[in-house]
Amino acid sequence: MIEVNDIHKSFGDSHVLKGITATFEKGKTNLVIGQSGSGKTVFLKCLLGLFTPEKGYISYDGKIYSKLSDDEKRNLRQEMGMVFQGSALFDSMTVAGNVQFPLEMFTKQSKSEMEHRVDDVLKRVNLIDAHHKFPSEISGGMQKRVAIARAIVMNPKYLFCDEPNSGLDPKTAIVIDDLIKEITEEYDIVTVINTHDMNSVMQIGEKILFLKNGFKEWEGTKHEIFKTDNEAVTSFVYSSDLFKKVRQMYIEERN
Amino acid sequence: MIHLSQIGSYFLMLREVFKKPTKWRIMKTLILKEIDELVYSSLGIIIFISFFIGAVVTIQTALNLSNPLIPKNLIGFATRQSVILEFAPTFVSIIMAGKVGSYITSSIGTMRVTEQIDALEVMGVNALNYLVFPKIIAMLFYPFAIAISMYVGIFGGWLAGVFGGFLTSADFITGLTLDFIPFHIAYAFIKTLIFAMIIATVPSFHGFYMKGGALEVGKASTTSFVWTSVVIIILNYILTQLLLG
Repeated sequence: MIEVNDIHKSFGDSHVLKGITATFEKGKTNLVIGQSGSGKTVFLKCLLGLFTPEKGYISYDGKIYSKLSDDEKRNLRQEMGMVFQGSALFDSMTVAGNVQFPLEMFTKQSKSEMEHRVDDVLKRVNLIDAHHKFPSEISGGMQKRVAIARAIVMNPKYLFCDEPNSGLDPKTAIVIDDLIKEITEEYDIVTVINTHDMNSVMQIGEKILFLKNGFKEWEGTKHEIFKTDNEAVTSFVYSSDLFKKVRQMYIEERN
Repeated sequence: MIHLSQIGSYFLMLREVFKKPTKWRIMKTLILKEIDELVYSSLGIIIFISFFIGAVVTIQTALNLSNPLIPKNLIGFATRQSVILEFAPTFVSIIMAGKVGSYITSSIGTMRVTEQIDALEVMGVNALNYLVFPKIIAMLFYPFAIAISMYVGIFGGWLAGVFGGFLTSADFITGLTLDFIPFHIAYAFIKTLIFAMIIATVPSFHGFYMKGGALEVGKASTTSFVWTSVVIIILNYILTQLLLG
């Protein structure tokens, strides 16, 4: 479980996070949503330990990150998997090389053990045929799946995804969403996803955190988001005509 | 003030480079790859430039020594001194600041822009050690390239001098051995090693700490070339004063 307690983060005069408190549980897909500039990325980078909050703390299964030694922080980071917005695959390495990289860096496994593990995770993300291809030779959706494979190869306890659907067509986006949800349940990990894709919210939003101007504006589930009267949330969620119609249908059905 | 802060950040970066080393099994591969990309792949351009600059130095010296009282072997002497003391270590290093330096800045800068450095850090990898340390070790082989440059530069001078009819081969070789001070070779290689460190680290600094997108990668490469050249020129002056002055 990840507990975030009243964290604040500023860059110069700009106060980006203004006291966010939240809890992210195991085996659930937790979504952080909000408009561009709401502080989502900074929040995720704080969870990853890339930014240090000026106030408040973040604890991972009871371990408060700011109180850990450098070695303990590094060990904790090896329990985290991250899927970046642009996949962030190493373009000098093949798909298999990218997935094998964390194993080479942090385990003492033999070459055959590593290859076996890489095969397993690539099979899990349905990418076994792309083994020897370079990131530039595969599609955006495949790159995202490689990034997921790399993130889970070390059996992480925590999985973070920064806009995993950006740049993908709606069908591939659903495949990626489903894959993340399945992996979260299968590996029983804490998953935090940064997104502004409402399809993802509807598809996998077991817990949703809505950020606005650095504050936590609203918290709930994908079912509750339809019923909320919070103006900021409704104006964000129903900014598209499609979702306006969905809500109208939902209200009509309820009446 | 900004420059002072950058100099401070540069030295802090150097400290981080040597912290928490990457596994030797991985580092070994990275070092060999960097030797290939930074040193071995630069040999062609180094040989090409050295040959013609050596030839031009000889021709220019010959054309300017028109006084019949000055012995012809001084052409060989001047070529040797110019190539060994300045051309090979300093001039070639500035060319390498452009070729190797811009490659280093753009490759590390692209990794920054595409979040590959963030990915390394999230995994708990010391990104500076992983990216910069192999380049520093690879550049320890740079003096071999400079030794080749010295040889080819003098050979180019000999060829241009003898076949251009400016002096005889015997005169050139006499000039080459005239008043030879072995410390000059040591001086040249001390400079080369220091310049090698600059070529490996200053462009890495500009790539690693860059912010922005593709356009900024280009700007960072240009800035890194300017600063690497400036540092080489200033250090060249200081080292010459310290070692030969």
